[in-house]
Amino acid sequence: MLLFLFKMKIPLFCLALCSVLVSSFLVVAAYAQDADPIRIGLMTVKTGPLATGGIQMEQGLDIYLRSVSYTIAGRPVEMIVADTGGSPAVARTKAQELVERDGVDAIIGPLAAFEALAINSYIAQVGIPTLSIAAAEDMTQRTPNPYFIRVSSSSAQASHPMGHYAAVDREFRRAVTIADDIAYGQEMVAGFQRVFEENGGRVVAKLWPPLNVAEYSAYIAQIQNVDVVYMAFAGINGLRFIRQYAEFGLQGEIPLLGGMTSADESILRNMGDEALGVISSSFYSSELPWPANVDFVSRMREVYDVNPGYYAVSAYLEAMVLHAAIDAVGGDTEDKAELMNALRSVELEDSPRGYVRFDEHGNVVGNIYIFEVQQKDGRLVNTPIKTYENVSQFWNYNSEEFLSQPVYSRNYPPAIYLGQ
Amino acid sequence: MTLYIILTINSITMGGLLFLLSAGFSLIFGLMRIPNLAHGALFMLGAYFGVTFLRMEVNFWIAVIFSGVALAIIGGVIERLLLRRLAGQELAQVLVTLGLAFIIADVCLLIWTGDPIPLNAPESLRGVERFFGIVFPRYRLAVVVIALILAIGLWFLLERTRLGAMIRASVDDPEMARVTGIRVSRLFTIVFALGAALAGVGGVLSGPILSVYPGLDAEMLPLALIIVILGGAGSLPGAFLGSFVIGFIYNFGQVFFPDLAYVVLFLPMLLMLVLRPQGLFGKDPL
Amino acid sequence: MRERCLIIVTLMSLVSLPLWMGSDYYINIASQILIWAIFALALNVLVGWSGLVSLGHAGLFGMACYTGAWLLEAGWGHFTAVLGAFAMTILVSAIFGALSLRTRGIGFIMITLAISQILWGIAYRWIGLTNGDNGIIISARPTPFGIEMDTPGVFYIFTLIVFLLTMLIMAIFYQSPFGVSLRGTRDQSRRMSALGFNVWLIRFFAILFSGFFSGVAGLLFLYYHQYVSPHVLSLLNSAEVLLMVISGGTGTLLGPVVGAGLVVVIKNVASAYIERWNMLLGVIFVAIVIFMPEGLVPGTQRLFRWVFSRIKSIGAAIKSEAS
Repeated sequence: MLLFLFKMKIPLFCLALCSVLVSSFLVVAAYAQDADPIRIGLMTVKTGPLATGGIQMEQGLDIYLRSVSYTIAGRPVEMIVADTGGSPAVARTKAQELVERDGVDAIIGPLAAFEALAINSYIAQVGIPTLSIAAAEDMTQRTPNPYFIRVSSSSAQASHPMGHYAAVDREFRRAVTIADDIAYGQEMVAGFQRVFEENGGRVVAKLWPPLNVAEYSAYIAQIQNVDVVYMAFAGINGLRFIRQYAEFGLQGEIPLLGGMTSADESILRNMGDEALGVISSSFYSSELPWPANVDFVSRMREVYDVNPGYYAVSAYLEAMVLHAAIDAVGGDTEDKAELMNALRSVELEDSPRGYVRFDEHGNVVGNIYIFEVQQKDGRLVNTPIKTYENVSQFWNYNSEEFLSQPVYSRNYPPAIYLGQ
Repeated sequence: MTLYIILTINSITMGGLLFLLSAGFSLIFGLMRIPNLAHGALFMLGAYFGVTFLRMEVNFWIAVIFSGVALAIIGGVIERLLLRRLAGQELAQVLVTLGLAFIIADVCLLIWTGDPIPLNAPESLRGVERFFGIVFPRYRLAVVVIALILAIGLWFLLERTRLGAMIRASVDDPEMARVTGIRVSRLFTIVFALGAALAGVGGVLSGPILSVYPGLDAEMLPLALIIVILGGAGSLPGAFLGSFVIGFIYNFGQVFFPDLAYVVLFLPMLLMLVLRPQGLFGKDPL
Repeated sequence: MRERCLIIVTLMSLVSLPLWMGSDYYINIASQILIWAIFALALNVLVGWSGLVSLGHAGLFGMACYTGAWLLEAGWGHFTAVLGAFAMTILVSAIFGALSLRTRGIGFIMITLAISQILWGIAYRWIGLTNGDNGIIISARPTPFGIEMDTPGVFYIFTLIVFLLTMLIMAIFYQSPFGVSLRGTRDQSRRMSALGFNVWLIRFFAILFSGFFSGVAGLLFLYYHQYVSPHVLSLLNSAEVLLMVISGGTGTLLGPVVGAGLVVVIKNVASAYIERWNMLLGVIFVAIVIFMPEGLVPGTQRLFRWVFSRIKSIGAAIKSEAS
């Protein structure tokens, strides 16, 4: 390398020398910056179709950091927001931006599973603790990433209990499922189907509308001769489906069950009577009665005038877990491996969603609730009607056995009652 | 059997909705020879205007009209200020509409946030009709009727008025039209405003069915493109027929070829372009 | 001489970029700009030199990504994967050409758009084949001649070499008899026909040529991200690369590169400071089309010339006044 430099002409040599000097200065400057505050990078989506969830994540995180006056373990906290625009390619660059340029201590986010998959190898490579809401099962199952931790729920974690509730508590026998045709929807349906069928139910049809289908009437037309419909939608699709379900007169005729985000608060705030009676399973709703949640909800309402839902609470919980972990390592965030260990051993006695701890794969163990959409003070809310305590991502299956089976998908577990 | 009947009726409603979307698009395409890539964004903007008017407790139908008028003004301004400067440069015009689509989508996100917002249908049209045991939402039937009325109105405008005659003449042969004293450039403004107004009206009318959300624009634009390619640019009957054909393909394709749903949607467009580039009713090949 | 010096300085600063850039983040941005620049140069062969505007080039780019990813996932080596990806991209380009060359102008835009939307639809919906929205992850970058490319600097240098080769080939292509006849078909297609040139065939080869370099960019993209999802095939992607070509300046060598830099920087860097970066992108785009319809590179040159001539004439005026 040096030899190469000396062979150059003099002005070029000067140029190269200058650039080396400048670069070393930049490097020094970058390290000098890294002294005091704890930097938390929020990877989210603020533009494009997924923006609504992303904006709520920012709100939830902001509310938490305000509650601790933007100070953790005696160090000021800086929140750096990166907008991926919902594109996996940009997500990767943004992860690099947060880690390499902004020098964040941990990443909260990203929002969509495909974004998490796009940065998966990168976060393992640089070893940056990442607290994500991406629900893709295998990120904490068959191919766990040592730097990935999830405090919301894996896809099927909340749909296993729903299968149980539908088959045992409500004694439904014939179900049709309808879900976004992406891994998130497929995994939720698979979990529901497995537990539902093991308890005597039968899934007789599975419908898979594409993520950005304009219209569900072609699918609703296929819902016939069943006791119950199970839907698993992400983003805004729940709203469109519930509305069209009511529009075709099925509301009240065939009960409608839903997965985590199908009847989220962010959707309910723009809906009317058509959503009443929808039953969904999730780890959180703004109606959970304990003080930790009442407090969180009142602050969200005060500052942003909204009921928090899936996205807002996830970011809030992630910040809570991160706070606990940084306290546990005494405020020293330099050793990322140690911070990661601390994150995985966090136990929250009282969070907005209740008791929270983590399994050995980095996934949360916590309560899952069954909610029903009801009207309260002029707002639609998800009222809890049943609690499944301390549910893990493996439901009540043996984890080793669970992991030896293929990951949940459109065709696994096989649906043997289709068309019957 | 019931499934087929329901799918058929759904396809017809969808066709009605698509006609509202594509009629204006087709006129602009036919007259100005540009695919207006901002059309989906104008459709979405119309729906958002509808949201605002409805929140101000304006009657649904008045909101539809207001929204149409607002979009007509915006369309006119876009044509006057931007597209006019690029007269004759089709490529530049296409690109400007693409840039506008970016801008409009981001403005909508800024003003109406990213939350999905459903529009409520007028009280009298909520609920369902039942034919032979098959349930059907009343509002959707109304949309088909409105689409038919609009189609007849547009046909009348194009075939039976002086303005229509000028537009038709300019679509067929702009040079000739100019020679005979038609002010083609003014027609451009009128047609662009009219097309934008139709998109706005369509946006509000589709609100109770589709809701409005960021990304609606990108979902609707390709459908409009397909329809116009099928029917032929500038042809109203073409847009009409194309809308219903796509309504059927869309609904039946989703059910019977779920894996290839987009392929069966775009394949007719591709085949038409290759085999009959002027479309079913168009005069000039693209 | 001055020009040569300038080229050498530019080359030196490009090659030494990992040394003076300081942060890996910016080195990665530089790699991305180069990848997109290659893609934009490929599209420029059609848009700039052939007068054929494609709004479906993401289809070719994406086919290279997916084919590479499939072959790697199926356990083939990098060499096979790259060869296979090129073969597939050329094949798809041939289909593109065979279908789209029946038309020109808007018709060509529409056909290319339709084909790429079909490809996107397959990638998105045919989950058994493409893993749908979740995409395909590939485990490792290749190690040509035993060189590990895991660090941003090394990958940048690799991309830079490919980029410079592409520039060189494009420059040679531009001046070659084939490049000249291609421009002939753009400006005077009837006359070219009359002169005995097979216009269709010339354009067809131009599409294959453009497709090949789209494939090069696609493979670099795949190796850079080690991940591919249907987003690469989307209409937005096609529109963005077209935007790069046109905003930089069609038909020039430097224009698409500048355009790529502009779009990548706004999307990735400026978006950290400006929340409404989508709007910014749209506004810049509209402004370029309206005020600098020939693109940034020729437009700036024109501006400079105009300013210089003003200064000169003012200087001359002052001189004549003084005398």
